[in-house]
Amino acid sequence: MSQSATLPTSSATAKPVAARRVLIDQPWFWQVMAPLIVGVLVLALWQAACRVFEVPVYLFPAPTDIAEALVDGWASLIHALWSTLRITFQAFVLAVVLGTLTAFLFVQSKFIEMALLPYAVLLQVTPIVAVAPLLIILVKNTQVALTLCATVVAIFPIISNTTIGLRTVDPGLLSYFRMNKVGRSETLLRLRVPSALPFFMAGLRISVGLALIGAVVAEFVAGTGGRSAGLAYEILQSGFQLDIPRMFAALLLITVTGVLLFGLMVGLQQMLLGHWHESALEREH
Amino acid sequence: MDGSPQQAVLTPRASPPGEAPIIEVLSAEKTFGNGTRALAPVQLAIEKGEFVSLIGPSGCGKSTLLKLIANLIEPTDGKLSWWRGDFSRVGEPGRRLAFVFQEPTLMPWARVERNVRLPLDFERIDTATANARVAKALEQVDLLKSARSYPRQLSGGMKMRVSIARAMVTEPDLLLMDEPFGALDEFTRNRLDEDLLRLSWERGLTTVFVTHSIYEAVFLSSRIVVMASNPGRVFTQFTVDEPYPRDDKFRESDRFGVLCRELSTILTEASMASRKPI
Repeated sequence: MSQSATLPTSSATAKPVAARRVLIDQPWFWQVMAPLIVGVLVLALWQAACRVFEVPVYLFPAPTDIAEALVDGWASLIHALWSTLRITFQAFVLAVVLGTLTAFLFVQSKFIEMALLPYAVLLQVTPIVAVAPLLIILVKNTQVALTLCATVVAIFPIISNTTIGLRTVDPGLLSYFRMNKVGRSETLLRLRVPSALPFFMAGLRISVGLALIGAVVAEFVAGTGGRSAGLAYEILQSGFQLDIPRMFAALLLITVTGVLLFGLMVGLQQMLLGHWHESALEREH
Repeated sequence: MDGSPQQAVLTPRASPPGEAPIIEVLSAEKTFGNGTRALAPVQLAIEKGEFVSLIGPSGCGKSTLLKLIANLIEPTDGKLSWWRGDFSRVGEPGRRLAFVFQEPTLMPWARVERNVRLPLDFERIDTATANARVAKALEQVDLLKSARSYPRQLSGGMKMRVSIARAMVTEPDLLLMDEPFGALDEFTRNRLDEDLLRLSWERGLTTVFVTHSIYEAVFLSSRIVVMASNPGRVFTQFTVDEPYPRDDKFRESDRFGVLCRELSTILTEASMASRKPI
């Protein structure tokens, strides 16, 4: 055995070693493993601390308690998640459509941008918790009100990124288009839109997370239960009932959803820009 | 051997134009919005089939003059004519103009073939015809193999070739180039110069070429326009009496060296004349 380790003449023993080496040498291997190890360590410490110090479950539940709550309340939690996701999705689509249209409007004339930009900023800096009650009172349909709240939160990165993107055009290419007497709309389509795509994608990545946060915050403020209750309502209810593990389980679902949505956007970015833009290219040097 | 400077081949240009010139610059001048006088009134006529280089110290207005000819900017005073008419008829058959920039100015999101096809897409030429012309243009610049590549996958010289193919695909009559090979290494530049000369010779193109390089100007041009600055103006003009087609043999000849030395002397005079009055 030791002979074959020092002198790998037999191919049967040499091959697995080589395979293992290759896996560890992969650039993505530690990129995945490092955070995974940290995660497992933290969970283990958390579990141990809860058990050793006998922390009551209504103060701070151990990971196993949370997992248990997640399995027990799976049906209603998933139902709530679905409800929150629907609001998130509607708000995100609305933010993308309205945000992009606003950006197109902005680049048409400096005057329009000057006149409207302060209000877009106003929308951005006003805390959504302060606006949400007003919107919920004004709009009769709660689902619509929630969607609008989340849209308000998610729209700004789309507006600002797309506007910058539509303006960031290679001046040489712009001259080339002008020299060929190319019209405004064709220049927009052939030149400005593709140039703006990397900026727009960066906007999407930020916006999708904000849409989820907006949806959850709006649900908190609205505090609506019933059939279309979202995850925020689950958290509120669990808080009232001191069902802290369930509260953590709902929180976990929100976090995981956020990460997945972000990953989805990264994938979309890779698909659209992977072949040409630096932001999505693998490092070559 | 006849290598003495007396055998000068850079002869002052005096003969009147034979046929109607393609480009006439009639006392055109340019002062920019901030008051900078980029170009004092310039007289220049360019005839069919000429290869004219504009050379001079920086700030002499050679790029400004080229942009005036391309109608990218308008003269502050004076006027220009294209084929004895105004710019509105440029683009009609027999009056086509193509411009090659200092940078390749390609669309990074589009493959090489789509970049080259762009001017044909502007003209709404049907796909089959357009693709055939794109293939022909790419073949001329020896890039047929890279048709499906993206610009970022190409070297600087190859990108410039794509840019030239994009100009050639429109089958231009007049080709304007603004220091197109300035950023390339000398070896690549020499090769591109040769290819460019071959292309423009084969097609009977009229070319106006802005450059910093004495060697490039002598190798390429049938006429060299030397410019001076403060304000930008035409200092003097010379014809290069070397028949086309030219190749490496010309570059290696004694005559080439003599011509380059002479142009160098003239350029020194031009930059002496460009000093700011104190």
